[in-house]
Amino acid sequence: MRARRPRGAARSARRGVWSWAAIALSGLLLAGCQTDHPQNTLTPQGPVADLQQNLWYVVFVIAVVVFILVQGLILYAVFRFRDRGDDDQSIPKQVAGNTRLEIMWTIIPAIILAAIAVPTVKTIFDLAAVPSDALQVRVIGKQYWWEFEYTGEEGQGVVTANELHIPVDRPVYLTMESLGQQPTDPTGVIHSFWVPKLAGKQDVVPGHQRTMTIEASEPGKYEGTCAEFCGLSHANMRFAVVAEETADFEAWIQSQTEPAASPTGGLAARGEQLFTERTCIACHAITGYEGGDEARVGPDLTHFQQREKFAGYILENNPENLTAWLKNPQAVKPGSQMPNLQLSDADVDALVAYLRTLE
Amino acid sequence: MAVTAQEPVTRRSAFRRPTAETGIWSWITTVDHKRIGILYWLTAFFFFLVGGIEALLIRVQLSRPENTLLSADAYNQLFTMHGLTMIFFALMPLGAAFFNYLLPLQIGARDVAFPRLNAFSYWVFLSAGIFIYSGVLLGGLPDGGWFNYAPLNLIGPDPTATEAAGQIAVAEANHISRMVFYSIGLQIAGIASLASSVNFIVTILNMRAPGMTLMRLPIFTWATFVTSFLMLFAMPVIGVALWQLMFDVRFGTNFFNPAAGGDPVLWQHMFWLFGHPEVYILILPAFGIVSEVLPVFARKPLFGYSAMVFSLIAIAFLGWGVWAHHMFAAGLGPVANAAFGLSTMFIAVPTGVKIFNWLGTLWGGRIRLTTPLLFGVGLVAMFTIGGLSGVTHSIVPSNYQQTDTYYVVAHFHYVMFGGSIFGLFAGTYYWFPKVTGRLLDDRLGKLHFWLMLIGFNVTFGPMHLLGMDGMPRRIYTYADGMGWNFWNLIETIGAFIIAASIAVFIANLAITRRRGEPAGDDPWDARTVEWMTTSPPPHYNFEEVPQISARDELWHRKYVGGATRPPVRVPAGASPDHDPGESAVDDQAQPAHGPGHTGHADIHMPSPSYYPVIAAAGMPIAGWGVYAGGPVQVALLALGGLLILSGLFGWVLEPSAEEHA
Repeated sequence: MRARRPRGAARSARRGVWSWAAIALSGLLLAGCQTDHPQNTLTPQGPVADLQQNLWYVVFVIAVVVFILVQGLILYAVFRFRDRGDDDQSIPKQVAGNTRLEIMWTIIPAIILAAIAVPTVKTIFDLAAVPSDALQVRVIGKQYWWEFEYTGEEGQGVVTANELHIPVDRPVYLTMESLGQQPTDPTGVIHSFWVPKLAGKQDVVPGHQRTMTIEASEPGKYEGTCAEFCGLSHANMRFAVVAEETADFEAWIQSQTEPAASPTGGLAARGEQLFTERTCIACHAITGYEGGDEARVGPDLTHFQQREKFAGYILENNPENLTAWLKNPQAVKPGSQMPNLQLSDADVDALVAYLRTLE
Repeated sequence: MAVTAQEPVTRRSAFRRPTAETGIWSWITTVDHKRIGILYWLTAFFFFLVGGIEALLIRVQLSRPENTLLSADAYNQLFTMHGLTMIFFALMPLGAAFFNYLLPLQIGARDVAFPRLNAFSYWVFLSAGIFIYSGVLLGGLPDGGWFNYAPLNLIGPDPTATEAAGQIAVAEANHISRMVFYSIGLQIAGIASLASSVNFIVTILNMRAPGMTLMRLPIFTWATFVTSFLMLFAMPVIGVALWQLMFDVRFGTNFFNPAAGGDPVLWQHMFWLFGHPEVYILILPAFGIVSEVLPVFARKPLFGYSAMVFSLIAIAFLGWGVWAHHMFAAGLGPVANAAFGLSTMFIAVPTGVKIFNWLGTLWGGRIRLTTPLLFGVGLVAMFTIGGLSGVTHSIVPSNYQQTDTYYVVAHFHYVMFGGSIFGLFAGTYYWFPKVTGRLLDDRLGKLHFWLMLIGFNVTFGPMHLLGMDGMPRRIYTYADGMGWNFWNLIETIGAFIIAASIAVFIANLAITRRRGEPAGDDPWDARTVEWMTTSPPPHYNFEEVPQISARDELWHRKYVGGATRPPVRVPAGASPDHDPGESAVDDQAQPAHGPGHTGHADIHMPSPSYYPVIAAAGMPIAGWGVYAGGPVQVALLALGGLLILSGLFGWVLEPSAEEHA
């Protein structure tokens, strides 16, 4: 079991009239005594997911009514009109149809659907609107991890990976691309950005730019995942959105603009040296380190220790996992672009020690 | 390629005409639609078992978090092949099996319009299956999903296998070969579907018994007719896309490569423009089957025949205008999403008409609770669930949450399994006595049904919940602590219950083969003309082509004046394109009869032929040529092309029926 950050005690008051249905469905989801559902779509935590959720409950309730009606009629018909095996061998009346009934069950569903269509179309256009005063973030999908680059006034140029920090109660406008190795390399594949508690999916398509809006109402860590099959480690392409109070967010983004401090000595200093010698620096940027700003093949590691997880948000950021990862990345995450550098145990220890200093 | 086959100069062919009437050669050279139907069913059922085993492996892998039974690579091949196998090599050909066997019998014809083309369809389908599965020996099976999105199908799952240069080469070669097996395998399968769709359409239009107007066609024949048109128009679309993909991966074109000005979204449009009609190609045959089964066992005519016919047509027509609902998250923009959301909603209307008309058929009947009836009612009940979850997909904003999750997996299994497979089993139990002369055991059949119904719902019902709980599709593993462990384990148990139900069915087949109850011509007191001939039918189907004067012709022959209400009188007469005095076989204008028709000298049947199987055999050989490189490539392409051409030439130069028996 993993430890998780406690969520705000006060849940959003934005619960529709369908909350009873949410309770019933959540009950089913909670079966098996698992209490943590980090990607549950039925507990939206922001206005975008709320809009999507509300429509679902409308159609869900109608579907349940139709379901009960049809299944009830089927069961009733089969039992009521079954051949009881008695002596009555009479042939039932040969009814070939009933025009009035047939017109009725053509028109009534059409009217119900037309009624659902109105709020559906309205919501499609509402969701596509560009929000004002939004935080601007460029999202880059790669095989198999996410890179986030802040492009607005706040934290311009800050680059991070797999954990996207946002302020609460403010829309975040994502401009999304899929790339290969370098930020100019168009050989990416399709990914899909999905944080169930904040918003539905948006595919990220190479050769195109896609946009979407997310917003969180409560501070917390919202888990997400790539939702479009993108290759061997599609299952290992996870991430999280960290929503913070505005002050906390501003402090965080300020910290991201600081360069990394060089370790003063010991094992970490040896690790820093290896980071260059073994060409880690060719792919991973560490701001403030000579020659390390432009490398964007792998995640920016300047503030690596601030991340809870790594390797596509699948491994807890601790020395044991780092050691296993550096020794054989492909074993942990098949198809990863991180090569196996055949590092000695001593080198791995030194690199881990260095990575642990990147606060 | 200049190929000059040593073609026969006379109408005597290169081979002596096959004459075997029993044994393996009689099956290889047969042009009898009934034998071809049986071959289709057996082959497709074999692939159904293969796809089922793949499904069980997938379910075992997902039964607990962080399972290591399967590697990511093995898992991706398995889920891809599960989809491809079930769609192209199990459900479509199972539908074709029913079309082949029943269509001529239902319309009172002696065979399909083009018997050798029919045999060709079967052998091409089989060679496509062999070809695509041969990849398992040649670098692996396709691994990009059945939808195989660009540009992953160009780039591959492992773009920089970085250990050593040799490994990069191997990984790239494997990726290319997997995509070659995908694109060529499906192109070959598409040829089989195209050929049979033309055959069925021509047969229905031209070979109906005298008096069988279009609105007197058995409803299953209508389903065949509509499905054939869907295949005729859908297969070329995917054919073009597959052709382009083949050139992209093998010969360096850039149709779908965004790095060179191509567009991966183009692949999605073409794939789903085929892919959505394909869904109806898979479900409409089952709709046709259940529309035959329910009336027979309720002892009432199909409720609202005309509405059922027009709803089939409406579903098929609307099915062309909804493809982008598979792409709501792709970013087509609000206008396209709204339009395709609306069209998707309204396809629910004709589908609802079908469900309510099936209810109307049951209502007021005297329902015999036999195995086929149970499977038929099972289809209505389970498909309703799939239809309702389908309507929830059309709510575009909510679809942004559900698409590419297990909710969608649940949805289409309720349609494809709860719909198609339940319907195909209803048809299997219903027509088995016609095909073999023996009844499948009803008690084992009911055990099969209940196990399957329970296993199906235990497997796929919880997938709705997992999807709502954020579990994406196509993941080979998931972390502990996501809240998904319990239902995944339950689903795996359900999958094994389904497997048990299939084992019961196979046992039923084996037992029936040895000591099944003899069926007689008409064991179910049925309504349509295929039950007028013997079980199994003679290879010329009917001694005398029946004159049709009503929908449910056989029922009217049996019950005129005997029912509580006299049957509706339909003016007797011929369909406009028929001379009522002419038998269906005369339409073929075949001057001679084949061998072995002693006692029926006036019945002219087409003769068996080697050429369909020869032409079909050339296709995978040419396909392996595309896979291979260098001189082997040229040699295999030449050999495959030679076989195809010589098969086609021999076929054309050979009379359809031999003049001397």
